[in-house]
Amino acid sequence: MAETKPKPKLNKKAVEMAKQDPKVRAKNFSEVALGYTEAEAQEEANRCLQCPNPLCRQGCPVEVPIPQFIKCIKEKKYAEGIQVIKTKNALPAVCGRVCPQESQCQAKCVIGRMGEPVSIGRLERFLADWERDNGYQLPPKEASTGKKVAVIGAGPAGLTVAADLVKLGHEITMFEALHIGGGVLSYGIPEFRLPKAVVNNEVNYVQKLGVDLRLGNLIGRIHTIPELMKEGGYDAVFIGSGAGLPQFTDCPGENLGGIYSANEFLIRVNLMKAFQFPEYDTPIRIGKHVVVIGGGNVAMDCARSSMRLGSSVCLLYRRSRDELPARHEEIENAEEEGLVCKFLAAPVEFYGDSKGWVKAMKCIAMELTEPDARGRRGVKVVPGSEFVMDVDTVIIAIGQTPNPIIQRTTDGLQNDPRHGTICVNEVGKTSLDGVYAGGDVATGAATVISAMGAGKRAAKAMHEYLTNKK
Amino acid sequence: MYKIVSKTELVPKIKLFEVEAPDIAAKSHPGQFLIVIHGEKGERIPLTICGYDTKKGTVSFAFHEVGKTTKDLGKLEQGQEIDNITGPLGNPSEIKKFGKVLCVGGSVMIAPLLLQSKAMKEAGNHVTTVLGARSEPFIMLEDEAKKYSDQVYVATDDGSKGYKGLDFLKELLTKEKFDRCVVMGPVILMKDVSEITKPYNIPTMVTLTPIMIDGMGMCGVCRVTVEGKMLFGCVDGAEFDGHQVDFDELILRQRTMLPEERLSSVLADMHGGCKCGRNKA
Ligand SMILES: Cc1cc2nc3c(=O)[nH]c(=O)nc-3n(C[C@H](O)[C@H](O)[C@H](O)COP(=O)(O)OP(=O)(O)OC[C@H]3O[C@@H](n4cnc5c(N)ncnc54)[C@H](O)[C@@H]3O)c2cc1C
Ligand SMILES: Cc1cc2nc3c(=O)[nH]c(=O)nc-3n(C[C@H](O)[C@H](O)[C@H](O)COP(=O)(O)OP(=O)(O)OC[C@H]3O[C@@H](n4cnc5c(N)ncnc54)[C@H](O)[C@@H]3O)c2cc1C
Ligand code: SF4
Ligand code: SF4
Ligand code: FES
Repeated sequence: MAETKPKPKLNKKAVEMAKQDPKVRAKNFSEVALGYTEAEAQEEANRCLQCPNPLCRQGCPVEVPIPQFIKCIKEKKYAEGIQVIKTKNALPAVCGRVCPQESQCQAKCVIGRMGEPVSIGRLERFLADWERDNGYQLPPKEASTGKKVAVIGAGPAGLTVAADLVKLGHEITMFEALHIGGGVLSYGIPEFRLPKAVVNNEVNYVQKLGVDLRLGNLIGRIHTIPELMKEGGYDAVFIGSGAGLPQFTDCPGENLGGIYSANEFLIRVNLMKAFQFPEYDTPIRIGKHVVVIGGGNVAMDCARSSMRLGSSVCLLYRRSRDELPARHEEIENAEEEGLVCKFLAAPVEFYGDSKGWVKAMKCIAMELTEPDARGRRGVKVVPGSEFVMDVDTVIIAIGQTPNPIIQRTTDGLQNDPRHGTICVNEVGKTSLDGVYAGGDVATGAATVISAMGAGKRAAKAMHEYLTNKK
Repeated sequence: MYKIVSKTELVPKIKLFEVEAPDIAAKSHPGQFLIVIHGEKGERIPLTICGYDTKKGTVSFAFHEVGKTTKDLGKLEQGQEIDNITGPLGNPSEIKKFGKVLCVGGSVMIAPLLLQSKAMKEAGNHVTTVLGARSEPFIMLEDEAKKYSDQVYVATDDGSKGYKGLDFLKELLTKEKFDRCVVMGPVILMKDVSEITKPYNIPTMVTLTPIMIDGMGMCGVCRVTVEGKMLFGCVDGAEFDGHQVDFDELILRQRTMLPEERLSSVLADMHGGCKCGRNKA
């Protein structure tokens, strides 16, 4: 590492974060990125210019006061630093790990014009981990307002709304359909990218703030929103139910054994801990030759989990490498771990053996078309280019849409029939009085931080609504 | 935490739990199911609701001890608690006055079937209930069935009690006209009954039991083919039109985790139950 004493700003390279060796980590589910040591955090913090008009902050969907918290690191005021972040972001340990920083805060950092931007995410993670090791400080809470709010879904959007509103003195009940809180953070993103201990910690923190978390409560079945508001006595409702409905390819043979939706695969492996079967009761059956269909973060997580379960994995993506929507860091990580990619190809049909288990798939080559008005290139099939591959496991990771149960059971809740999303205005208000929504259920599958940003805005609007309501 | 208010052994290896769950009881309807999870390392298993009491605030379900989870559950005693129960899930059955209703139940699913018989009776139908099992010792709840039915038939695979097999049903249908048929039981039973009722055009509702995990539409493991379309057992069902279901596909899909289930089950027998230590007798 270059020496940093006199003019730290001249250092164009960011301080590397230690990672597990690819050969070792490809066989375990422990976290890949190991985090900064205190000395490394200091060194990286010193690269920040403390811009008076920080551009980085504009890149953050929740406007974390970035230079301020970095200053605290420089001055070793870690407890203060974490409070600075938490004024805007209730889940820094999560965001520091999984935010697409390269296209958000770090994309805007001025140092990025001369060299590598400040590693804002890594510094955020450093402070969050510091707090986890050194104990929480609960923020002050306003006096009770006597208003009751129901939050549906304990994912990033719901947790944010619950945390913000409980601090303002409202009484919050959070209804979560699964038996564990955290949403995608628990059931989707794997242990090796986001340890579940970190997620549990964040969920516990929100509970410690005084939020009543009710697990195993599927809204739409056990209670509907109209019931919550009429009989349940809730003054307002926030819907943060995410986008959990898996999409399938519609190719013949898709119901063969060995063909999983990304959600099934990840729920088994992450939420139910099938990678520790039979110590944990939920099994996963995976073969030697896995094909993952798709190219986003979800596909990458499925591919990397499969490799850790001992399989060789081929990613089948219908566009080319340049269009891969997954985070760059994760693509690199996956390739280091042994991922093979097959670009410009799509599935056509799946073939099974006599026991109904998938044994091969027919694919077809694709080619890119000229960019459309928005600059996105389409794809079309190359006629006559079919080919057959031997496979014994297929994971379909081509997207999720919102779960329809709430939309179906809430009269008058306007939604977009094409995308299945709930319609909201800029602060998250739905077509129903007192009912707000945000996160993936309103936008379609997006990011943790955008779900939290939506939660922030909705919480503010809900607070105003509750304050003005007699 | 959900307290077990009463535990009954209906026949060997089939147990009935009545559990304290007032919120769930208040919303339950015939045809819906629960997801039961027990133990920190436990799996989520679907079990059909076979009774609910809104005054007492309880729901009941019966389960057959076939594998690791159901064997673990079977070791719990009255007064002990189950970690989590999610429900009610799935769509309520259509209950109304159809006229003459034929209710066919097999094995453990006789328990939830009788909830259908009862509801159909209360809706003003003439109810004929058929109880099916492998052999005599496994025929259960016959007295209950009589309470809710105008007519009760018993059939066993080996003929040790009542009729042998389902052939008598074919004869019954030539003699009596039914307006609706409801079947709950092993997939093969639902398939056979659907085939028997088809020539008579009796609308036949079957409660499908594909493998499930979340039970609320998130994973797609429960997908079934009905009328050529892919549907999710948990949110589109669990009740479907038996004349439209691809049963053969369902049978194959139910077996996809068989080797793993066997391993779990063998380990459970070896170690005497779940690893949390709580259930050791
Ligand atoms: C595999 C995977 C990897 C990802 N990787 C990244 C990444 O690296 N970086 C990033 O920024 N984003 C990533 N994302 C996207 C990100 O996780 C989501 O955008 C984010 O979690 C959305 O938050 P949310 O609160 O809107 O919904 P969710 O996290 O989906 O939470 C919704 C919660 O609501 C519950 N729920 C649903 N319906 C009901 C109901 N009717 N009643 C009660 N509860 C209900 C669900 O069980 C769930 O717990 C990833 C997503 C996946 C699937
Ligand atoms: C909607 C629905 C309702 C159900 N209702 C009931 C009920 O009321 N009472 C009851 O006893 N069972 C019911 N089942 C089946 C029950 O969920 C399984 O028996 C249970 O999951 C087995 O768990 P296990 O760990 O004990 O056994 P496992 O080790 O998982 O399996 C042991 C054996 O049971 C078979 N099996 C596993 N899952 C199923 C399944 N979904 N359907 C049928 N056979 C299966 C396996 O093939 C294997 O032979 C229902 C299933 C569904 C989907
Ligand atoms: S929350 Fe995400 S985008 Fe905002 S500063 Fe932190 S890492 Fe960057
Ligand atoms: S833009 Fe970069 S250098 Fe400027 S304050 Fe933000 S992180 Fe520091
Ligand atoms: S059980 Fe997961 S979608 Fe039906």
